Amino acid sequence: MTLPTISRRNLGRLSAALAALTLTQHAWAETPPNVLVVGQVAEPQSLDPHAVTAVNDFRILMNVYDGLVRYRSGTLEVEPALAEKWDITDGGKTYTFQLREGISFHDGSPLDAEAVVFNFERMLKEDHPYHKTGPFPLSFFFSAVSKVEALDPRTVRFTLKEPYAPFLSNLAYPTGLIVSPASVMKHGADFGRNPSGTGPFRFAEWVSNERVVVNRNDAYWGPKAASETIVFRPITDPNTRVAEMLSGGIDIMVEVPPVSLSQFKGDGYSVVEQAGPHVWFLILNAKEGPFADVRVRQAANYAINKEAIANNVLEGTATVAAGPTPPAFSWAYNSDLKPYPYDPDRARALIKEAGAEGAKLTFYVTEGGSGMLDPVAMGTAIQADLAAVGFEVKIETYEWNTFLGRVNPGLAGKADMAEMAWMTNDPDTLPFLALRTDAWPEKGGFNSGYYSNPQVDNLLEAARASTSQEERARLYREMQSIVQSDAPWVFIANWKQNAVTSARVKNFGLEPSFFLLLSGVSKA
Amino acid sequence: MGVYILKRLFSAFPVLAGISIIVFVVLSLIPGDPATAILGSYATPENVERLNRYLGLDAPLWQRYFIWLQNLLHGDLGRSYALNRPVLDEILDRFSATLVLAGTAFVICSVMGIFAGVISASRQYSLADSAITFAVILGISVPSFFLGMMMILLFAVSLQWLPASGMYSSWGTGGGADLLRHLLMPSLALSLVATGVIARFTRSAMLEVLRQDFIRTARAKGVHESRVVWRHALKAAMVSVIPLLGIQAGFVLSGAVYIEMVFQWPGLGRMLIDAILKRDILLVQGGVIFVAACYVLFNIIVDIVQSVLDPRIRS
Repeated sequence: MTLPTISRRNLGRLSAALAALTLTQHAWAETPPNVLVVGQVAEPQSLDPHAVTAVNDFRILMNVYDGLVRYRSGTLEVEPALAEKWDITDGGKTYTFQLREGISFHDGSPLDAEAVVFNFERMLKEDHPYHKTGPFPLSFFFSAVSKVEALDPRTVRFTLKEPYAPFLSNLAYPTGLIVSPASVMKHGADFGRNPSGTGPFRFAEWVSNERVVVNRNDAYWGPKAASETIVFRPITDPNTRVAEMLSGGIDIMVEVPPVSLSQFKGDGYSVVEQAGPHVWFLILNAKEGPFADVRVRQAANYAINKEAIANNVLEGTATVAAGPTPPAFSWAYNSDLKPYPYDPDRARALIKEAGAEGAKLTFYVTEGGSGMLDPVAMGTAIQADLAAVGFEVKIETYEWNTFLGRVNPGLAGKADMAEMAWMTNDPDTLPFLALRTDAWPEKGGFNSGYYSNPQVDNLLEAARASTSQEERARLYREMQSIVQSDAPWVFIANWKQNAVTSARVKNFGLEPSFFLLLSGVSKA
Repeated sequence: MGVYILKRLFSAFPVLAGISIIVFVVLSLIPGDPATAILGSYATPENVERLNRYLGLDAPLWQRYFIWLQNLLHGDLGRSYALNRPVLDEILDRFSATLVLAGTAFVICSVMGIFAGVISASRQYSLADSAITFAVILGISVPSFFLGMMMILLFAVSLQWLPASGMYSSWGTGGGADLLRHLLMPSLALSLVATGVIARFTRSAMLEVLRQDFIRTARAKGVHESRVVWRHALKAAMVSVIPLLGIQAGFVLSGAVYIEMVFQWPGLGRMLIDAILKRDILLVQGGVIFVAACYVLFNIIVDIVQSVLDPRIRS
């Protein structure tokens, strides 16, 4: 038989080919200097900041565009960006911005007041010639705006229908980033794949599902970027992302799974953590069933061991939440509040007092979703803690979209409690949408547990109408202490965003906004 | 022959129309809609309604189906909500990546499977036969995604010989060698199960043929044994192996979904999973119809090849 010899010879050739492939490993195992390769969690939806909603996309956009204002590094407080100053007049209904001089978009067209007007009219006016280049899902951030005018090439004025305190903070959000009207007109609905802004990096290429590449903008108005190029790679599977980081295929990795953090303890890597404007909580059905009684709601807060969830289930990637507002909003956070301690005896006493011993509870848990961390494991831990104080908890698990479809219309007649998490850019957003009486599901809000306290309603309305940050802070702090003792939710955790970089990466940090600002980051 | 091909092609249309209706109905029955998925935390009824109106999703189901069908006949599959680009562009981008991966895996499993099957049949109960049978059972039993993860651990993380994921390096111009390096692990992982199935099937088909009279005659005439096995017997056995190859091609294509997830291969399977999770209806519809059309076409090709090999089938 002649075949075995042929196959042996072929085997030899095959192994030679394999050796040739693998010998060149150093050509790719180390990423080149001056190029940062970032492992992202998904393919971006679009690079049009007005068309997107995901933090994953914001991580790219914040490096390509600027807004009129931005968050001061390390805070969620607003500072000047494209606008060098502004005035708030007419009781908080008129905002007049003065633009910086001599700034151009990456496509060469000038950034002037008309360009700013174009940006907001495109989003807000349904008859605008470029409104069809959307959709603009978050344009309601600016739904308070009734008029945007260019007073002169450097002055732009926004008129609001009513005073709306979160306006500046919404302008600092990616939905407020300024795009080049010339490029929108040129590319139409495909602008999202041919973006042009004023930021420290300019768009270079987007190879679908492989990479988005941006290069340093040498004409940037602020400090020039430290790296020449950034490559954003979508790697949806967290294990594969870890493998890429360990094998040297990427320099920076975001959203490290908690269980993988220990693999990056060595000298070759550095782990960065930052608490953000996130809160993970349980919605309690305050309309009917055992949780209609405030004592039982408080009992649930005492019964659940939040430290154990943060440290064991989440491996230290979260801190225990004290109330409805995350500490990342440092200016509005009530630091006098202490989280409910873990105290099963106190819980049992309260339950006994309310006569709710041995109550049967239905608990909605999701398989996973935006900001939900590890919902199944967390739900199981919560179930065990509540069983320890005598509740019989039945878990119902749903896929994320199905879950939202059941929770958002309200828990009445279906469940006693549900998991939920929110990430916002202003302390107003979550309580306004999820704790007011006017935010009950049938009125179009997210108050799925039907909590109602007129005092909280008044505080939130007043804070929204105020233009003084100190006054708003005072109102929010008062609201937090009332909500904490009313316990419409079980306050569980505030997520700390994390990232890992290789030791070659310098000056890397995370922001409380969860944005990724890479302008100052370099690589040895 | 021409009539036969035309008849087979024509019969594909009702199948595709049926699939498109099923996909449309199923997608409208599952909870969640694109607007809610896009808006996430901000999906108030008001915002959802505004976005649905913008996306044209406020029209009744049958109306949307006919608009979609009309556009399809004009070669327009619509625009993906989640990716903001034409569905057809995305599908063609993704399909070429899947084709490279699944095509390579299909070649590997066909060649290796048939080769192993023939060797173990021609030397039944030998050491080679036992070794191959053992390897085949192992190959069929290990889930491909698990094998993929183990390969990444060994060859990318520990030994750092091969890249862990993706189709091309993130920098540089790519090129054939780069693609080959990225293709090696996923295509091997993807081909493993099919290789086992094909090897086992080829072995039994060959054993049956080798017992037949014309083989004995060939041997009696003094034909060299390797010629008997590889020419006479294999050709006869291929008639039953080829339909299996067609089925396995389908399995390789669907198995690519897992492998594409593990190795972050930018293919059609990963696209469909992402699209389903984001309720990107038009992309799911376009993708499913495209994949269904490929299956149907593939089956037609297999039927035709078979009818060439065995003229009895045509009548």
